[in-house]
Amino acid sequence: MFDSWLDKYEYLIELGKSLEGYPESDKTDDKLIKGCQSRVWLNNKVHDGKILFNADSDAIITKGIISLLVRIYSGRTPEEILSSDFSVVEKIGLRENLSPTRANGLVSMIAKIRETASENIREER
Amino acid sequence: MFPSLDKEVYGKKLVYFDNAATSQRPSSVIELWNRLTVNSTANIHRAVHKLAADATDAYEDARDAVKNYINAAFREEVVFSSGTTASINLVASSFSEAFIGDGDEVIVSEAEHHSNIVSWQLACKRKNARIKVIPVADNGRLMVESLEDLITPRTRIVAVSHISNVLGIVNPVEEVIRIAHSHDVPVLVDGAQGIVHRKVDVQTMDCDFYAFSGHKIYAATGTGVLYGKKKWLEAMPPFMGGGEMVGNVSFEETTYAPLPMKFEAGTQHFTGQATFKPALETAALINAIEDGELSEMMSWELGRVEGIRIFGTPDAGEKIPLFSFCIDGVHHEDLALILDKMGIAVRSGQMCAEPLMKRFGVTGMLRASLAPYNTEEEIKYFIESLKRAVSMLR
Repeated sequence: MFDSWLDKYEYLIELGKSLEGYPESDKTDDKLIKGCQSRVWLNNKVHDGKILFNADSDAIITKGIISLLVRIYSGRTPEEILSSDFSVVEKIGLRENLSPTRANGLVSMIAKIRETASENIREER
Repeated sequence: MFPSLDKEVYGKKLVYFDNAATSQRPSSVIELWNRLTVNSTANIHRAVHKLAADATDAYEDARDAVKNYINAAFREEVVFSSGTTASINLVASSFSEAFIGDGDEVIVSEAEHHSNIVSWQLACKRKNARIKVIPVADNGRLMVESLEDLITPRTRIVAVSHISNVLGIVNPVEEVIRIAHSHDVPVLVDGAQGIVHRKVDVQTMDCDFYAFSGHKIYAATGTGVLYGKKKWLEAMPPFMGGGEMVGNVSFEETTYAPLPMKFEAGTQHFTGQATFKPALETAALINAIEDGELSEMMSWELGRVEGIRIFGTPDAGEKIPLFSFCIDGVHHEDLALILDKMGIAVRSGQMCAEPLMKRFGVTGMLRASLAPYNTEEEIKYFIESLKRAVSMLR
């Protein structure tokens, strides 16, 4: 998909720059994803049984990564999110290469998205 | 000399600039480790057989090597530990048990590594004592002039770093010690970085404790030293109970082994500690090369990067080749991720010094820390790559 790592980063940086509209007032500690070196905020609201995600980060590559996840998972039902095997992350080579350490917290981001989906299933019942 | 440096990462030649976190190991250390593992794996001090004798010799030879390297007055003043953190915790625990009580005070500095903060907080909590802090100036200078006012009749110990792992400035520890001693207060020096970049003579320095790790000065990881003046180590109760540290044991009464064994409970990392000998031989050889030149070149080159803010500048004191910095408009984590893919290993984040990050109003920094095996070419490549990374991010 990409020639080199730097191309991959260029792409994530562009994605990160294009993710806009996360309100400053939502940059609260309860929306921070734990386990990331940079600060990553993830917020959601439920509309028509679908979860809409919104996110921001003070680091641009991390913002690119969370933006990718938001693109994939926003607007889906909790069931769809939970049944997803998150293989898209493997396919674009993020898991093994971009997340060798806890530094950018990809694993934490995915866990947070899944957790949000589970909570919404419980609330529905 | 350092086989691990000769490699490529992501198809780029490795530039290892994370030496303040851990150094690479020289061939002599790797060879000794392998030789001992193959020929002399037996528990030290206890058994009478040949393998145990050889392992014990290697371990105790390393103690002599450390004693000579830091010029300790007695070999029993050299206690082996698992690293700087363990050494500091040993003192914080055992010293406080004997000498710290209700309402007493411990003085640390604002630029300490978490190891030299949290261990004292735990001790203070147990003893209902409190922590006071020597501030750091904007340029990274330890404001030693404030120490005189901080010390009170309740001050029991001062714990400061020889060189901060973030600022890279050599602190005036001799002056700290002089002031503290004039009030009969002992001083622990966190030497994790200091032992690597300065010739340490504990008798000239007159510190009461000097703590350091093996893995930052070319020895195996999981190794460390606590140097302590005999009078203190003798007066302190044991840190951990177990094998090796005892004289006689009964359910009514146990007597303790003499120093240094009193503080070396349980099976030690004997193969690792033995590597202190070849590691310190390497250090004596290559650390004699002035690191001032690498430091000056980095200072000059980094200083010209647009929008850079370096924490700990040479006007604050002698600067080792350790540079923590932020660049306007870009996040330290982004820089570290991109530099990694360019083959450059640097550290990013809070570097185990959250209070210091707060002091400078940042969420983290990028740190490039050099060792004598790093070269001018590597510095040039690092600077070029840094500029390229910044232009990708802006």
